[in-house]
Amino acid sequence: MSSSSAALAERPNASLSKNFQQSQQFVTMRVDNQLLGIAVLTVRDVLHPERITSVPLAPPEVVGALNLRGRIVTAIDLRTRLGMTPHPNYQNSMCVVVSYQEELYSILVDSVDEVMTVPFDQYEKNPPNLDACWHQVMSGVCRLKDELLIILDIERLFGNANDL
Amino acid sequence: MQTRMQPIGNAWSKFPRIIRDLSLELGKKIELKMEGAETELDRQLLDMIKDPLTHMVRNSCDHGLETTADRKQAGKPETGTVVLRAYHEGGHIIVEIQDDGKGINVARVREKAIQNGLTTEAEAAALTDKQIIQFIFQPGFSTAEQVTAVSGRGVGMDVVRTNIEKIGGTIDLDSEAGKGSIFRIKIPLTLAIVSVLIVETCGEKFAIPQINIEEMVRVKPGSEHRIEHLKDTPVLRLRERLLPLLSLSGILRLQSDDEEADNFIVVCKVGTFEFGLIVNRVFDTEEIVVKPVAPILKGIEVYSGSTILGDGNVIMILDLNGVVKQIGSAQLQGDEKSVGEEGLLSQDNNHISFLLFDDGGQSPKAVPLELVSRLEEFDRSMVEYSGGFPVVQYRSDLMRLKPVNENYDFMQEEMVQVIVFQQEDRVAGLVVKDIIDIVKTELSVKPATEKGLVGSMVMQNKTTDIIDVGHHIQQIFGGLATLISDDDMPVNKKGHRLLLAEDSLFFRNLLVPLLTISGYDVTTAENGQLAWEILQKDQNFDIIVTDIDMPKMTGFDLAEACETHAGTAQIPRLAFTANTKTEALKKGEKLFRRYVTKTDHQLLLEAIRTELSNQNQDIEEAA
Repeated sequence: MSSSSAALAERPNASLSKNFQQSQQFVTMRVDNQLLGIAVLTVRDVLHPERITSVPLAPPEVVGALNLRGRIVTAIDLRTRLGMTPHPNYQNSMCVVVSYQEELYSILVDSVDEVMTVPFDQYEKNPPNLDACWHQVMSGVCRLKDELLIILDIERLFGNANDL
Repeated sequence: MQTRMQPIGNAWSKFPRIIRDLSLELGKKIELKMEGAETELDRQLLDMIKDPLTHMVRNSCDHGLETTADRKQAGKPETGTVVLRAYHEGGHIIVEIQDDGKGINVARVREKAIQNGLTTEAEAAALTDKQIIQFIFQPGFSTAEQVTAVSGRGVGMDVVRTNIEKIGGTIDLDSEAGKGSIFRIKIPLTLAIVSVLIVETCGEKFAIPQINIEEMVRVKPGSEHRIEHLKDTPVLRLRERLLPLLSLSGILRLQSDDEEADNFIVVCKVGTFEFGLIVNRVFDTEEIVVKPVAPILKGIEVYSGSTILGDGNVIMILDLNGVVKQIGSAQLQGDEKSVGEEGLLSQDNNHISFLLFDDGGQSPKAVPLELVSRLEEFDRSMVEYSGGFPVVQYRSDLMRLKPVNENYDFMQEEMVQVIVFQQEDRVAGLVVKDIIDIVKTELSVKPATEKGLVGSMVMQNKTTDIIDVGHHIQQIFGGLATLISDDDMPVNKKGHRLLLAEDSLFFRNLLVPLLTISGYDVTTAENGQLAWEILQKDQNFDIIVTDIDMPKMTGFDLAEACETHAGTAQIPRLAFTANTKTEALKKGEKLFRRYVTKTDHQLLLEAIRTELSNQNQDIEEAA
């Protein structure tokens, strides 16, 4: 955890109880050093992937299926989805489990950081010149003090992937 | 779980009555025996086998059993017996329908199979009798010389087989000339729990449903059982026959590091097609609870589901029907399959089944099978007249008849052949001279200008006219026609162009004939992106009908793109949805004129019509 994001987390936390409407909490994670966030309420679980069963003939971003306490969860490599080179060894990565339309998906990322509260006034729309691949899955950007936080949109992430 | 299980006798309760009726109708003495009526199976399955069973029992009585006179002559008891038998066998239920009739005429089946192009004379000579009689499960196959009102119109056994395969079952047939026939249906006890064999290839484990597995063979180079190659096609000699082999790693496009490691052949049977699946290792069998695959994996045909094994690992369950479909049973070549696959699949996209018939005119005619409700045959004496129109009494109602060809005097024939069209509670019959065949063919229609025809295309090397069902049915119902709908026709005559964006093969197959037959000029696109590419070249469409969930570009994105471009913004858009989530629907409120479900054709046609007429009004008002 970098010290800058810890400092950032303090400020919104103070205002959280008073101004709940004006901020939103995100679980933050990193892929290839890029900070990304998923709305905290959509996240079900964060875990280390142990055994992932590969699914031949599946779309490229599908790493496979795994067992999460008796439920079968489809694992998606966020790197592939974002047009980066796939993770060389998923065992070193982390899984963020989200639910979309009653189905569980596990998003493979390099690391998971913390839960961060971000006020809405730091929120920006997608820059128009963004890579189409990224544009497809994110709903906006937050201007943090030291870096930019990409807000992932689960609906768009799986809404598009679902059709493959 | 227990309450879900019900005795199969519940599905049989109607049979004594059916047999009594049939016995009167056919003038045969028939006795029905039921054994094992207490055998239990899943209620859901029970419902699903009811209709196929009824069909088969009727078949046995009609074709299986001889007439009383014939039986006497053959030295058999006058009363024919039909036995229904059910019992458990290794996690499955076996249902048998046995008759002591004349058995299946192998020679006639062979002749008919060759005639229908299902096999060649040379191939047929090499087949055993048992293999030959399996042809009766092929579409459009009937050897009955006398087609009767009870059965024998050739739209039967293949439907029975399809229905049974749908629930993961298999059907098998044995017959002995003069002694009778026996149909054996094997179905899983429940839909939810299946017994599977765990196999491994390239270090990955997969589950194969036990119901498809015949046996296992261990192969070793140099031993009695070894894999031999014909060019690059692997085959196995197994008890005096040659078994085509498929490599599981090849089908799943896995990298096999060690060819020699392939040392088990799982002999599988899909329908009547037998093949060997090459795997590296074979593990135990397990009883598993099938879980559906995630939506993202739904399009992959080779999996029927996934499950969690005892050790906590997730495993994919192979769907052998899908495996065979991927290769195409005709093209079982090892290495060539990766090339053939794409071709076969894309070919299939445009294939539609047609019912071919002779209307007494010069050229054969066809109608998309999808639109046909039933085929019937009536004795000439059954045709009556009401208000100057020929009618028959059909299922306690009156059905109006109309010959497809106005010049054909069907009253000359002893038996009147009728194609029945039905929608909701209205039925109409088109009279034809003869039903020729069912043909699955690529849709490449040359549009026709003549009334009553959609267009023409080449089928079985003959130019065939596809009739416009809507036109004929409208004539039957006169001004009151609402079957395909009355104001459908004037709209259609303008030849509205419709762009259909739909990724599902199934729905494309279903909708294209429906829309074409309703008179629209349909252009299809497999996804939003292709649709958009079409639109960029050609904006001359009257309406766009799109699916929402599509690869590459969704219906929403397509609609957004259309909205922002001048040439396409004014084209009305309809969206299909299976997704009833309100937020998703809200998203499209501005983008689409309305939502329709894929399955309600009536609603779909109505929606298209309404939008088109609204559009016309708008234009007129603007003018």
